[in-house]
Amino acid sequence: MTTIEDTNTSQQRSKAGNMTMMNMVGALNLAMDDALRTDDSVVLLGQDIGQDEGVFRVTADLLARYGKDRVIDTPLAEGAIIGGAVGLAIYGMKPVAEMQFSGFAYQAFHQVEQHVSRFHNRTRGRYPMSMVIRMPYGGGIRAVEHHSESREAYYAHTPGLHMVMPSSPRNARALLLESIRCPDPVIFYEPKAVYRSFKEEVPEEPETMPIGKARIAREGSDISLIAWGAMVRPALEAAEDLQNSDRVSVEVVDLLSVSPMDTQTIVHSVAKTGRAAVVQEGPRNCGIGAEVIARIVEHGLMHLEAPIKRIGGYDVQFPYFARERAFLPSAERIANGLREVIAFE
Amino acid sequence: MTTMRDMTPYVVGRAVPIDPGASGQDGSSRAGCSVDSSWAVTMLRIRHFELKINELFARGEVRGTAHLCVGQEAVPTGVCAALRSDDYVSATHRGHGAAIAKGLSLYGMFSEILGRRDGYGAGRGGSQHIACMEKGFLGTNGISGGGLPVSVGAALSSKRLGLGRVAVAFFGDGVANQGAFHEALNMAGIWRLPIVFVCENNLYAMSAPVSSFVAGGSIARRAESYGMRHDSIDGNDVGQVFEASRRFVDLARSGEGPGLLECLTYRQLGHSKSDKRAYRTREEEAAWLKRDPIARERRRLDGAGIMPAADFDAMESRVVAEVASEAERALACQAADVSTLYDHVVPEAAAKTCGGITCPS
Repeated sequence: MTTIEDTNTSQQRSKAGNMTMMNMVGALNLAMDDALRTDDSVVLLGQDIGQDEGVFRVTADLLARYGKDRVIDTPLAEGAIIGGAVGLAIYGMKPVAEMQFSGFAYQAFHQVEQHVSRFHNRTRGRYPMSMVIRMPYGGGIRAVEHHSESREAYYAHTPGLHMVMPSSPRNARALLLESIRCPDPVIFYEPKAVYRSFKEEVPEEPETMPIGKARIAREGSDISLIAWGAMVRPALEAAEDLQNSDRVSVEVVDLLSVSPMDTQTIVHSVAKTGRAAVVQEGPRNCGIGAEVIARIVEHGLMHLEAPIKRIGGYDVQFPYFARERAFLPSAERIANGLREVIAFE
Repeated sequence: MTTMRDMTPYVVGRAVPIDPGASGQDGSSRAGCSVDSSWAVTMLRIRHFELKINELFARGEVRGTAHLCVGQEAVPTGVCAALRSDDYVSATHRGHGAAIAKGLSLYGMFSEILGRRDGYGAGRGGSQHIACMEKGFLGTNGISGGGLPVSVGAALSSKRLGLGRVAVAFFGDGVANQGAFHEALNMAGIWRLPIVFVCENNLYAMSAPVSSFVAGGSIARRAESYGMRHDSIDGNDVGQVFEASRRFVDLARSGEGPGLLECLTYRQLGHSKSDKRAYRTREEEAAWLKRDPIARERRRLDGAGIMPAADFDAMESRVVAEVASEAERALACQAADVSTLYDHVVPEAAAKTCGGITCPS
């Protein structure tokens, strides 16, 4: 097995062996297949994940391959799914639970907050909660509120949880496999807008990458743009546009995990560029973007040549499909935000 | 590890003959039956509303997903016919039928689902967020089981304020496995609230069949644990639904406490717009099509000499025209403007102190 630090280097690719082009759905499916095949303690549980293969077909074929004892269709009961996962984890199993949409996970929030995040601490380290709670999040599918929100801040705010948000097929596969192997509980937020939006080469051999480590998705020298999850794609697009139109070199930092947060990579980038902007899909108030900025201010204030710009969702309920585009940060909105920071003297 | 195998086969609370051939001829259960076509009109309006929504999806006028209740029209129609206009109803994610049966306008609902300004939520919420408190309609709901505790609160307010109003909480078979279901039933039970929990049991919670996902074999009988009367009926027979609902609603209103009414029905279309229906057979679907609630009511009206089939068909044509015209009106309505996104998020006084963030144009 290999570990990727940077999916952009050809050196790592060659080390990884045979590659297959796949979208994020295929890559996540591959990670669960890896985990089920190599670790007997891994079980999947969730509503409609078996015969129906999950709302987004992420668990396709896994029931057929691993059977009903390991790919468990549950009743409609989010609280009992996550509470059940706690019991499984106490006795050494590795549950990978699926919530159909992140907006349905509030039904299970008390289990996440009261048990999943606290058992390790409450039992003085004797019972780590090794589990993954997968949930599709975010807009871009033109659906209704509960099917479109980004509420990663709830989980990142809760001590005792890891909050992971992949941005591409390859890092999604590597991070999901790492999350399943991780002894701690991981909330795994899957950007559903990215599920089938593009393909990437993913190694056939199992591959992981460390939780809590950001990656430089694009190198640049004039301004740092911090993004995560579904926002990485428009961030890269905005960076490319700005290079072409304004000759501004944008460095894009892809957090990959918002908790723990890789302060070092963020601050190192800002120290190099002197300017920063953050793009987040969720509502702006008390979001992850605020935390990123706080860390830059705490650890890199003297590097800053301009105020940091927040580009993101608005503090409103996620709008219905016709106004969705006005809410979601687009490459254009991101580029305009970057221009403001660049223009500051 | 427990598996889902070997669970008790699902049975209903009491034996229910679901025989399409017999419907409409059973005079004994027809005492309270509609002597006119009002139930048929409501069911037709629901049916053709749903079919129009389906069509609007196909045309790309609506995006995302929608959960349609085609085949289940008799349940909300029969239940709401037993209610006063000021009674309360909370509905499910598949709740267009309940909204129409409770008297919401087709125009307001089309507008909401199309994202138009004249929608019940000003076109911001869509299918799963349609509410009209003025008509006692507490809303369709995006969260399975979300409406049950809310209806309990509505029933409690009616009791405390002495309003004499009854609350109805519609829920699907899947919700009988949610914690909120048990919490709501218990509260209604201990406080003897004027509420009727109506289960629209369409046999599948998305892909999960009640036969293997409901422990104990009956949703209706779960009510016994909460000291509550219950019944299981043929939910595709609007007369039977009305009769049972009237009984439960009248008892609740007269201070005799809550009840749970389980209506067996079938959704003729998929769970949502992306359902392959791999979990059920085409034969089963065909068998349930023969129990179509509207076709049964058509036969009954004809057989009882209330309305000849030809008149029924003419009436259906009028409903189709009405639905089409309301949809066209809604399509012509202005889309909700982006500049209103911040309206009503928080009370106005608080909004003024929100930091002067302006909405994108």
